[in-house]
Amino acid sequence: MLTFGDYIKASSLDEAYELISKKKPARIYGGGMYLRMGNRRIGLAVDLCDLGLDKIEETEEGFEIGAMATLRMLETHEGLNECYCNLFKEGLKDIIGVQFRNIATVGGTVYNKYGFSDVIPPLLAVNATVHFHGSDSISLKDYLDEEKYRRDVLVKVTVPKVENAKASIKTARISKSDYPALVVSASQIDGKTNIVVGARPRRAALAEKAMEYVDSQSELTEEVAIKAGEIASEELAFGTNTRGSKEYRQHICKVLVKRALLEVASWK
Amino acid sequence: MEIKLNINGIDKLIDVKPHEFLVEVLRENGYLGVKKGCETGNCGLCTILIDDQPILSCSYLAVRAVGKKIETIEGLQEEATEIGAHLVDEGVDQCGYCSPGLVMNIIGMRRELENPTPEEARHYLTNNLCRCTGYVGQYRAIKRILGVAENDESC
Amino acid sequence: MMKAVKKSLQKIDGMGLVTGKPVYTDDLAPKDCLIVKCLRSPHAFAKIKDIKIDRALKVPGIECVLTWKDLPRIPYTRAGASFPEPSSYDTYILDEYVRFIGDEVAIIAGTDEETVDKAIKMIKVDYEVYEPVIDFENAIDHPSVIHPDYENYETLIPIHPDFERNITCEFEYDLGDVDKAFEESDIVFEQRTYNQAQEHAMMETYRTYTYKDMHGRLVIVSSTQVPYHVRRTVARSLGLTADQVRVIKPRIGGGFGGKQSLATEFFPAAVTMKTGKPAKIIYTRDETTLCSTTRHRMRIDVKMGANKDGMITGIDMEVLSDQGAYGEHSKTTMGPAGYKTIPLYNKADGYRFHGYTVYTNLPVAGAFRGFGVTQGIFALESAVNRLAHELGMDPTVIREKNMLREGETSMGFNLSTVGGDQEPAQVAESCGLHEALQRGKELIGWDEKYPGKQIAPNKYMGVGVALSMQGSGIPRVDSASVTVKFQEQGFFTLLLGAADIGTGSDTILRQIAADAIGVSEDRIRVYSADTDVTPFDVGAYASSTTYVSGNAAKEAGKLAREALFREAARVLKVDEDKLDFDGDVFVYQDDSEVKITLEDLGNKLTYGSTQHQIEVTGSYVPQKAASPYMACFVEVIVDTETGEVEVPNLVGVVDCGTPINPKLARVQTEGGMIQGLGLAIMEKVEYDSRGRFINSSLMEYKIPARDDMRTNVQVEFTDTYEPTGPYGAKSIGEVVLNPVPPAVQEAIYNACGIWLLELPMTPECIIKALKEKEEKEKKEA
Repeated sequence: MLTFGDYIKASSLDEAYELISKKKPARIYGGGMYLRMGNRRIGLAVDLCDLGLDKIEETEEGFEIGAMATLRMLETHEGLNECYCNLFKEGLKDIIGVQFRNIATVGGTVYNKYGFSDVIPPLLAVNATVHFHGSDSISLKDYLDEEKYRRDVLVKVTVPKVENAKASIKTARISKSDYPALVVSASQIDGKTNIVVGARPRRAALAEKAMEYVDSQSELTEEVAIKAGEIASEELAFGTNTRGSKEYRQHICKVLVKRALLEVASWK
Repeated sequence: MEIKLNINGIDKLIDVKPHEFLVEVLRENGYLGVKKGCETGNCGLCTILIDDQPILSCSYLAVRAVGKKIETIEGLQEEATEIGAHLVDEGVDQCGYCSPGLVMNIIGMRRELENPTPEEARHYLTNNLCRCTGYVGQYRAIKRILGVAENDESC
Repeated sequence: MMKAVKKSLQKIDGMGLVTGKPVYTDDLAPKDCLIVKCLRSPHAFAKIKDIKIDRALKVPGIECVLTWKDLPRIPYTRAGASFPEPSSYDTYILDEYVRFIGDEVAIIAGTDEETVDKAIKMIKVDYEVYEPVIDFENAIDHPSVIHPDYENYETLIPIHPDFERNITCEFEYDLGDVDKAFEESDIVFEQRTYNQAQEHAMMETYRTYTYKDMHGRLVIVSSTQVPYHVRRTVARSLGLTADQVRVIKPRIGGGFGGKQSLATEFFPAAVTMKTGKPAKIIYTRDETTLCSTTRHRMRIDVKMGANKDGMITGIDMEVLSDQGAYGEHSKTTMGPAGYKTIPLYNKADGYRFHGYTVYTNLPVAGAFRGFGVTQGIFALESAVNRLAHELGMDPTVIREKNMLREGETSMGFNLSTVGGDQEPAQVAESCGLHEALQRGKELIGWDEKYPGKQIAPNKYMGVGVALSMQGSGIPRVDSASVTVKFQEQGFFTLLLGAADIGTGSDTILRQIAADAIGVSEDRIRVYSADTDVTPFDVGAYASSTTYVSGNAAKEAGKLAREALFREAARVLKVDEDKLDFDGDVFVYQDDSEVKITLEDLGNKLTYGSTQHQIEVTGSYVPQKAASPYMACFVEVIVDTETGEVEVPNLVGVVDCGTPINPKLARVQTEGGMIQGLGLAIMEKVEYDSRGRFINSSLMEYKIPARDDMRTNVQVEFTDTYEPTGPYGAKSIGEVVLNPVPPAVQEAIYNACGIWLLELPMTPECIIKALKEKEEKEKKEA
């Protein structure tokens, strides 16, 4: 079972930051859905639940997703889904169940860069930025590329508001209410294509060569989508776990990239 | 640490450890309709409502529930009886172990969704696993609960 | 008189269950129970050289730590089966050896979970680690002998274990001349199939609490399907006699055969005996997966001869069954893989069956709904389907030609009766296979849909079929008794040893008893099960409750009715042959003014000078197989790009004789078929090279979820009547699971041309097979 040596509901971000950055055994307790499964002891659990981070705010420029916003809030946020072709509604709906998504937090999954995350690929596809208390903001892409885990407090994830965004997400799962065997999210924003592949089972990554290829073509046809799928499945590394072998993931990557791109192309 | 929890409309002072999850705290305090079936958040047996939203009480820290409205099946007997009657009518109570969690999630769904279709309801309730019925008869019961049951004369 | 029978009554416990009443084991446990946990082996095979518990004992709140040295060295079997059990006594509560990852090393009891968790970490064990036997296909004569210390073991029924060779049991039979049949056949078809070690995944994990009553007797309250077998087995394991143990079964959160083996009972029992205090153990989901039982993984080679006209001439089955570490239900699951499947095809000239069940250093296999028949049906029905395709014949046509019909006999039938192969072959007095197959074809739209077609660029539809059978209890082995007690104000109590584990058996036995007594079911209250109070019943397994306990309930009802007439006549001082009874009032035929209501009779027989307690018990031991049958049809859509299989339609037409409660029979059928579907396409079981079962949580072991089930499931029952059954009933619980995997397998073939010979048939397997097929076709071109 999970045990805490001590537990503090932080009264400010400064306090949380102070604890996390200075005290070694301190850890932010987000949704806790993953943490709770382990048989582990957390020296000091720091809870951000009183800091008003459990909401999504829509501004002129974009959407500010608080670190403690639940996956369910992200899934059901009207403005965000309207802006991005229901990307989050589609992408999050199969994560276990409503009761689970009412607890799991966006901050928890993003901070930990979970490989199995259904949430990171669509965020990456729409050029999200991660904001920490105590250090600079950083693009989600760069954050995922960082090898080290920051001892900073993740405050929010922002997504820009754009016109005419097209986006899609496709997943493969053993059961509908499961973690994914593979996630592919694709988008076209301001004429630029993003293709993200997650649950490889390693953390989500952009298929840069495939993206470049699509952007070099005059039109996103079925042939282009097929070719992009092939490029993506070649350029990215895949692995084996209980949800699928490396070979299966590589195969399914082609199919899902093709399907995601064709859906992107289909949006008017 | 001692905390004040509002359970089924009643404030209770309860001694908890900060890492204790609601499912244990509730069961220890006599709310035995809350069941537990896994350690991974998959089964849905422990579903309760917090501020009208269904959550897994196995994954919700008791200390986080301070100041919130906690509802268990013990506090919602009238609605549970109404919903449960449809399950029993279809014979899908079976072993019954998943039923309180399912009933609680149906109540949560009713509070969140207006007139869900059967398909939307099925999706909403998917985190409530059942090994007895294969969900088939439960789906019939759900349609009845939603008031959209077709005439089914086969049995 | 059938008034309650065939009525879709509500389950009597239903409203209590769905409104969350505290009725399950853990809901009832005293608050001051010691919390019991087990330290478990991290090694698949090792010997405990030394174990240090002193530090653990010093943890405040720890009451006791037990190791193998502290417990009686009495071997037993965890298998819940009638005595003498057909499984070797090869298990101790704790042993010097550990034989799979998760095997118990020590029992720890303390005041709360955290205390116990803390203490467990302080136990130091020095293991001598051995090379484990992981691959069941290489278990026989493996250099590692899993049970080297078998001198103390006992095997009461000759199941032919050979512990030196890791053989749990061997079983064979030979009927007719199968070799000659193959020689004379136009075609001999052979194939090898595998199934996985499916998990029961019942929602309530294993759990037990124990205490000593005021007389010092051990009381066990447990989530079990077999209260009486728990009493006998726990008593034996602790060196007690049966009279010193009482077992109570409250409501059970699902079993599916898992709770036919004992699991948690021993540990709190040992703690209570040691400390005198109440004790409780609740298995985690991981423990439920790893440390109880699974379905037996089997490799089955089927050889089948046939003539060009489609007549099956001979069937040969060779089985290798993976037992895991301890020998529960070994022969009893392997045997039915043959003798409860081949009677379906009774027109061949010869049958042969041979198999080994082998020990491995893996989690233990045991009873699971279908009990070997599931495995045998997958192998056999899949072979029949493939044979049909080889012969260019519709698989429903080959079945029409070969399958068992009502009134016919089969060489294989008697094998399920102990010693019965010496006697004239049994006759299928009821058999609805023909009707089931014809009706199933209509319901699925077979003639329009078979074999399948492309429906979208990457989507292919196919349909498949399979038959199934099972038993209704084990003839001359299973037994049940039911007691009816007549009470004041004219109500009855029905005392059942049968274990309702969610099936609704309390409800249907009440329906049977009501009709047998001739009263409304509303007059009857049911109590189950308590070994001190309720009469003997083997428990919920072998599809026996409706048929075996049902016959006992009918007999008890008949006896009660006779007693009521006798006592009414005595009270009214008239001849009992001249009494009429309408369910409420006894009326004297010669003078309708001479009468007594059931309420008054109840009072008269309870109080005063006319007091006479009516309490009668009916018992039943089945004499014949009384098999239920089923035809299953499935329609699938395969996405050939992703390998995903959708199942838009699933049809089951079942011959369970008279469905005592059609609604509950229907739900049983639906639930069983979906468990079969999980077995067919979803429930993946994996071990690592060290023998660790890696899908032990519900996060990793995927049973079908609600959102997966978009299938239109149609269930119907044939119009059959089993003369030996209670009001014509046979069993239903198991037969309904079996045919789904082979039907899905054929449907996938008809959709996209691949035969998948190993379960589960996951998207990944489909993609792999499609690629191999494509490569093969390229080569051939």
